[in-house]
Amino acid sequence: MTNQSWETLSNQAVAAAGIVYFLSLLSYLVQWASLRKVPVGRKATVSVGVGGLQAAGLDTSPVAGDGSTTTNARRVEMTGRLGLILLGLACALHFVALLGRGMAADPNRVPWGNMYEFTLSGTFVVALIFVVARRRLGLDWAGPIVAAVVVTLLMVGVIWLYEPVAPLTEALNSYWLVIHVVSAVISTGGFTLGGLCSILYLVKERKGPTTSGYLSRVPEPVVLDRTAYRLHAFAFPVWTFAVLITGPIWAHQAWSSYWNWDPKEVWAFITWVVYAAYLHARATAGWRGRNAAYLALLGMATLWFNFIGINYFSTTSQHSYASGAPALTSAAPAHR
Amino acid sequence: MSQTKLPEAHADAPEPERRTGELTLRELGRWTWRQLTSMRTALVLLLLLALVAIPGSVIPQSGVDSLKTSRWQSDHPKLTPIYEKLQLFSVYDSPWFAAIYILLMVSLVGCIIPRTLLYWRAMRAAPPAAPRNLDRLPVHTSYDATDPPAEVLARARVLLRKRRYRVLDGSDQGWVAAERGYLREAGNLLFHLAVVLVLVGFAMGGLFGYKGGVILVVGNGFTNGLTQYDDFDPGSLFDPSSMEPFSFKVDQFDVQWIDSGPRQGMARGFNAHLQYRESPDAPQQTYDLRVNHPLKIGNTEVFLIGHGYAPVITIRDGDGDIAYSGPTVFLPEDAGFRSFGVVPAYDAKPTPIGLQGWFFPTYISVDGNPMNLMGDLKNPAISMEAYVGDLGNDDGSPQSIYELDTSKAAKVTKADGSMFRVDLSPGQSVKLPNGAGSVTFEGVERWTRLQISRTPGMHLALGGMVAALVGLLLSLFIRPRRVWVRADGHTVQVAGLDRSTAGDVGAEVEEVVKGLRQLNEPGPPGPGEKEPA
Ligand code: HEM
Repeated sequence: MTNQSWETLSNQAVAAAGIVYFLSLLSYLVQWASLRKVPVGRKATVSVGVGGLQAAGLDTSPVAGDGSTTTNARRVEMTGRLGLILLGLACALHFVALLGRGMAADPNRVPWGNMYEFTLSGTFVVALIFVVARRRLGLDWAGPIVAAVVVTLLMVGVIWLYEPVAPLTEALNSYWLVIHVVSAVISTGGFTLGGLCSILYLVKERKGPTTSGYLSRVPEPVVLDRTAYRLHAFAFPVWTFAVLITGPIWAHQAWSSYWNWDPKEVWAFITWVVYAAYLHARATAGWRGRNAAYLALLGMATLWFNFIGINYFSTTSQHSYASGAPALTSAAPAHR
Repeated sequence: MSQTKLPEAHADAPEPERRTGELTLRELGRWTWRQLTSMRTALVLLLLLALVAIPGSVIPQSGVDSLKTSRWQSDHPKLTPIYEKLQLFSVYDSPWFAAIYILLMVSLVGCIIPRTLLYWRAMRAAPPAAPRNLDRLPVHTSYDATDPPAEVLARARVLLRKRRYRVLDGSDQGWVAAERGYLREAGNLLFHLAVVLVLVGFAMGGLFGYKGGVILVVGNGFTNGLTQYDDFDPGSLFDPSSMEPFSFKVDQFDVQWIDSGPRQGMARGFNAHLQYRESPDAPQQTYDLRVNHPLKIGNTEVFLIGHGYAPVITIRDGDGDIAYSGPTVFLPEDAGFRSFGVVPAYDAKPTPIGLQGWFFPTYISVDGNPMNLMGDLKNPAISMEAYVGDLGNDDGSPQSIYELDTSKAAKVTKADGSMFRVDLSPGQSVKLPNGAGSVTFEGVERWTRLQISRTPGMHLALGGMVAALVGLLLSLFIRPRRVWVRADGHTVQVAGLDRSTAGDVGAEVEEVVKGLRQLNEPGPPGPGEKEPA
């Protein structure tokens, strides 16, 4: 296959993945609609801890009785399963799209030379974490949200950030970069999922207990809080590794100094500090719960601002994706 | 951790001579210390640190990009003095930024030391005895057993040990206590200590290290010494006598230009061939200096961070004598390497001559205007203005070699007063009007910009960060928990307590019960079972 056809394949795969994510979302939405009519079959065993994650997850067991409820319940189950299958399929297509980007470049490379590719990778990780950790973390209820977020970000990427395949600039040509970006992407995905849990936690906490509709299928606030914590606790060390270990190692090789107070670095540090504050908040009486969740959202805001926003605000970032090489340092890197 | 104990003791022993709210100095000190080392303060300081880091990412920083900073300053004459007072152009070196992280460090150390002592004791302590009423604990369950209690408890000990609990045997009183996850606290301490290490390493780099830049025309050499640098940025405790006595020469510089595809015109494959000696009497060695591949000599490292063109220009004066000749470094202005430079011939007779203007690696003319197509040397040309007269090098004031002081000089024009430019391709010459002299564009050489730096404490910072990560993993993923089993007659009670913030000890208790019953009496659970609540 030629580079050109790899690139075409990648573009087609992105489009296909987008469509399938959307179908998955639709399927989940049908499930939502059907769920409205089904009251939650709350088991008596739902308690703090004991199997709480699973028990309070998408419990679709019908309330035994009249036939219409059973049909409805079957529909709920079918649409839910279909949504998940479609999501998995879209995730596979998404992977093909990434592969195509990497293969289209000459020489072949990791697919994150610019913002478009970073968006592609980041959303892929969100979808992948969901598919892989769905059972472990009892995340079934999050399917529609994941599908919606991924399809939206993909659309943003395709419409506003698209760039044709191009070789990496010299400084990006380092295996430390691969490690750095892989870990940054993974932790971005983890933080994003964790942030979604925190949003739901806040919504659910405000609304109080409900017995029907989508929210009632979302786990109890306690469980949401814990799931959010686990996702953050997973993402935080990975982020530490990405921005405070591999980032500086690579910066040292490329720019001669491991920490430059470059705006991208500053914001990565700010993000790190905010998430450290989140972890502290969760261990501090009086900050636990709602305040911690707000901190998680603040962290997510800084995370995404660093990814997108800072490129438009900052004056001196060496991490410029798009702009040409700066005057004096033209052999110096333009990162990502 | 931040909750201060209610002053019960005070209620018991009121001190009549003191009004309420009055504190002695010592108490105030203690109170301040306790506040400072509380986790809530750490939390606030952390958030504050994030907040004060923001201005530095929006306002150009002189330490990061001095050129951008001075441009910004001349664009904002009103704001500049205010910003300068607030030290907003060097946020990360400013006292107020330092104040916050030093407070944070004090808070951190003040928090770690007492906790290390506590931890040391807790590390060796046995699990606490079983509480009297296990059903008061948040997670507990019970079932009816047929075996005698002693046997159940013996099994519980085996089972819990197998699950890597530290076990305290209280069989004589009808219970077994177990605890695991002691390493979590160790990880937490390691993390916080390592943060201190990282900061120490970082500070060492800032205090004892240095960073300098030099632009070398290919073919030229460099000997490590203060005077050889174009710019030099030492730490405040840097000792110049500690500089390593190496020297090197840039023998050749290669670069490839991409001439098709979306990144057309981009340069890559930079490679500066160096010949170097670690000291004057060391053997000569060679190194291919590339981006991402610095040369390490002793504790100093040499990086390739820039390149550009140096047109070779000769200026002859009115008498026909060579007043200036040689490669002159021009600074690239854009990704296409359109470059700006000045060529001063201060010794020209009768008056000094100066050129200032542009170099185009690939020159084209669009509607009579000079344009540059790309960075590769396809059709090099210079297009410069000429000045004669006082170029201001006599008064001894420092001058940038990239600027010409034309305030007292006259721009050279044609005899009829129309515009005159020195527009030349390599090998061409042009006579200046009025017999002022002539200019020859001999050819083009390349220069490389090298950064040379020494960063003591770098490995300490890196090691600290890795240790912090290890500590973090321990503290986040080890789940310390306690489990108690009480056997009393035919009822077996199992309770658990999660001591981490991710608590999910219910599943653990279930597992323990399952294990106990499997060992105990294989078969379906009896009807007497109660669900854990
Ligand atoms: C540079 C500043 C600091 C950073 C980056 C930081 C980071 C962290 C992190 C990531 C955790 C893990 C949270 C967890 O285990 O759930 C943690 C826990 C903790 N930190 Fe800090 N910390 C800092 C400063 C402090 C200070 C100054 C104190 C002292 C007051 C402190 C006290 C604690 C305590 C007591 C815990 C344990 C929380 C628990 O048991 O879950 N930290 N810290």
